[in-house]
Amino acid sequence: MKEYIDLFLTFAKIGGFTFGGGYAMLPMMQRELVEKKNWTTNEELLNYYAVGQCTPGIIAVNTATFVGYKRKGILGGAAATAGIVTPSVIIIILIASLLKNFAAYPIVQHAFSGIRIAVCATILVSIVNLWKKSVKKFSDYIFCIVAFLLSAFTPISPVWIVLLAGMGGIFTNPKKEEETK
Amino acid sequence: MNLGLLFFEFFKIGLFAVGGGLATLPFLSKLAEKYPWFTSGDLANIIAVSESTPGPLGINMASYTGFTGAGILGGIVATFGIVLPSYLVILLIARILQKFNENRYVQTAFTGLRPAVVGLISAAVLSIMELSFLHPNATTILTLLNWKALVMFLLLALIRFRFQKAHPIILIGIGAVFGIVFGGF
Repeated sequence: MKEYIDLFLTFAKIGGFTFGGGYAMLPMMQRELVEKKNWTTNEELLNYYAVGQCTPGIIAVNTATFVGYKRKGILGGAAATAGIVTPSVIIIILIASLLKNFAAYPIVQHAFSGIRIAVCATILVSIVNLWKKSVKKFSDYIFCIVAFLLSAFTPISPVWIVLLAGMGGIFTNPKKEEETK
Repeated sequence: MNLGLLFFEFFKIGLFAVGGGLATLPFLSKLAEKYPWFTSGDLANIIAVSESTPGPLGINMASYTGFTGAGILGGIVATFGIVLPSYLVILLIARILQKFNENRYVQTAFTGLRPAVVGLISAAVLSIMELSFLHPNATTILTLLNWKALVMFLLLALIRFRFQKAHPIILIGIGAVFGIVFGGF
């Protein structure tokens, strides 16, 4: 039981003290999981991250599940996963309840009209970085533009676009195996 | 408010959003159109708060949208829903970790998925930008665009590109101050 609590608390600490998730969490995970607890190695951690990117869901959460599962099986995975999300849920619900009470004040509305613009700017930069990393070949442009058009101008759910893009990738890259050999 | 439906919708997001927290955005954007739980305008505020608080972005956004839709229990249910599929998937592949990543089908599927996700996120951001940069009842092109907001956006984007290492909370703070000083955009 003590080990499950330890898993929960360690991941709660990671979730509660890092901003941004994903790669922003990596240094904190290295310090807590590799250096302090010896639960995993740096190399394993990077592997988890790599797999986390190729599986559905949130990367930091996937990594928590991996480490917890490796320590204490299915329940260990659940303890670690619960740990990493709990601070988020509590903090967000607190802030959301507060903001709900202040939302009618003009000063709050003005602030948020500026904040919305700042959010667009932060995401734009994230998109440019993603674009540089993921859109290089001609076929990448096609996938990116078709997904954009379908999502922006048709009511098709992103679920189908994701499925189609995955299948499209498989069918348009039949030679991948020989290349990697 | 049907908590079962909320759970189901976030379970779907958890199952199909590949590539981390920001990849959940296109799904949330579609939810805003489909259900009265939150609006596209709320979504921009939700992103701002989620970027400014600790924890994974995707989890913060799920907790917040769930809360807006159905209160405290909604926040918990949405988070549980978005986490459950990846938990199950990870348990399934934990044993074959290395093989999974090197699998030919996984690799080739991602040659299509990675660029498509960039397109999906771009479309979601565009729908949020419309709210800030376009006046809904405009008659001419000059009044259609919210020029003040556009200039502000270019300025902030420039700052962001110049100082990529800086935390987004700084940019959000600048946005809030300008919003108050100019009396809204």
